[in-house]
Amino acid sequence: MPTTYLEAIREGLWEEMERDPDVFLLGEDIGVYGGAFKVTAGFHERFGERRVVDTPISEAAIVGAAIGASFLGLRPVAEMQFADFISCAFDQIVNFAAKCRYRWGAPVPIVVRAPSGGGVHGGPFHSQNPEMWFVRTPGLKVVAPATAYDAKGLIKAAIRDNDPVIFFEHKALYRRVKEELPPGDWTVPIGRARVARAGSDLSIITYGAMLWTALEAAETLAGEGVSAEVVDLRTLLPLDRETVCASVKKTSKVLLLHEDTRTGGMAGELAATISESVFEHLDAPIVRVTAPDTPVPYSPPLEEAFLPNAQKVIEKARWLVRY
Amino acid sequence: MSATEAELARKCLYYMALMREIEDRVERKLYRQGKIVGGVYVGRGQEAISVGAALLAEPEDVLFPSHRDMAAFLIRGVPPGRILAQYMGREGGLTRGRDGNMHMGDLKLHIVAFISALAATVPVAAGAALALQYKGSANVAMCWFGEGSTSLGHWHEGMNFASVKKLPVAWICNNNQYAYSTPVSAQMACANVADRGPSYNIPAEIVDGNDVLAVHEATRRALAHVRSGAGPYLLECKTFRMTGHSAHDAAQYVPQELRDEWGRLDPIERLETRMLAEGWAARDEIDAVRAQIQREVDEAVAWAEASPFPDAASLLDGVYEDG
Repeated sequence: MPTTYLEAIREGLWEEMERDPDVFLLGEDIGVYGGAFKVTAGFHERFGERRVVDTPISEAAIVGAAIGASFLGLRPVAEMQFADFISCAFDQIVNFAAKCRYRWGAPVPIVVRAPSGGGVHGGPFHSQNPEMWFVRTPGLKVVAPATAYDAKGLIKAAIRDNDPVIFFEHKALYRRVKEELPPGDWTVPIGRARVARAGSDLSIITYGAMLWTALEAAETLAGEGVSAEVVDLRTLLPLDRETVCASVKKTSKVLLLHEDTRTGGMAGELAATISESVFEHLDAPIVRVTAPDTPVPYSPPLEEAFLPNAQKVIEKARWLVRY
Repeated sequence: MSATEAELARKCLYYMALMREIEDRVERKLYRQGKIVGGVYVGRGQEAISVGAALLAEPEDVLFPSHRDMAAFLIRGVPPGRILAQYMGREGGLTRGRDGNMHMGDLKLHIVAFISALAATVPVAAGAALALQYKGSANVAMCWFGEGSTSLGHWHEGMNFASVKKLPVAWICNNNQYAYSTPVSAQMACANVADRGPSYNIPAEIVDGNDVLAVHEATRRALAHVRSGAGPYLLECKTFRMTGHSAHDAAQYVPQELRDEWGRLDPIERLETRMLAEGWAARDEIDAVRAQIQREVDEAVAWAEASPFPDAASLLDGVYEDG
């Protein structure tokens, strides 16, 4: 039976808690209630309130407490109810967690789960993609899985990692994406991108929910005789430059796609990386398809206009191929 | 009874005088000689607080000292030379030149390094206490901060979280009357930091922070409460910052009469007077301790100055576990 993206995260958390008694969860409404999205439904019954800690509405305390607990050998997984609220814990993440190892050699093996992304009519405070606040913070790792397989493998890898990991799980994928998962204990390595679809005419480099947009566009383009390669970054920090550059070398044309807003987005960093490393392989300008620089609007016509979609990708890809 | 008191008083005197001497060297000699490469934040006049409290810490109690609590490090056995090397940006400092002044910690000694936004330490200390509770440990966390920290949200979130979860943590406030140039009256509308305790259902008491034996007794009460499993305890130590915020600050905003008034309450002089009056030590014994400290600090300065600066080639090392 196929496993949904949400169920995959849940299985990963469950298995790690069964495996390691030092793993515990903390967050708002995660225990008795089972979490706003029900990712932790049933955990309270199985693991008890000691290991599934309901907290006050207090993101700074949640992340701060996770950091402090990690100093004593525990492996806390903190849940932000929505990624949008992670800003309340900003100082704890970027100044405390991220810098401890470098400053005084203290590892901070925490995971901060952050349900992110739009397409759910969540409006300005339940739809954001705040990954870049953290991608530019040395000391953090930032992952953003797009598939059920990667969601499970990466949450398990994040829990086992000895550095702080921000785990962006896309809300729109929770119940829309599913696949058969292999049995057994496996992880997906942090820091490795994946070629999700091989192609030769252009590279679409993306992550998170936009993987599915890229694949949809690639399918349509294939019908037009255009072979698009799709690279799923999976991890944003540390960035897998090798896989990105290898794809660019192969196709010589690049379309960068993300749901996050444009200025200071991941695409800018990718464009600079590609330009520095494989400029001579490029046959066209690097193209970006992103959300515009606005808050995420609520009303469907506005949000649809805000979000990148397959049509926008296809149009840019056609231009790129013609160039 | 008086043998024990005499012994305690001698110990207190040693650590207070040692802290004073190290900080005097740092602020008044090495800084002026240009050997301290960055900021200097000392606890002159506040030595009774870290000494009186930290002497009651069990070896595996987790300490979160602030920048004005050097004695907590000394009591845990951090050699003065390493603290001086830390100030000088040398390899021998606890952060090996990665951070300066009192921004340091050592997990092996159960001392956690604070970050500049000091209030962020409060939720982290709560997290350490959560881990102690999780493990069924008899140990506790002890966390120091200034009255200025109590204006930040992280402070309140940490207080609330710790109290809701009945965590074993002692909060120790160095109320030194000024946060940089801001007096208490401009920092908060309540008269005492201790007044904030009841709103979190945290018992709070005020103690003369310039009387080391009083701090010691109050800390004993605080720790008895905390170790009993009854939850956190807030101890407000009233003291005065007998220096600027940092070495570059002449603190002309502090009225001279206030400075004079508190100058007469110097905790080291007060303890010496008491020791002589009680017959706990003779003048020549006290002088011998002072002379010994001079020698120790001379040696520590020499050790720190002999410690090399870090190799610039190590710049990238230690951001992550794997480099």
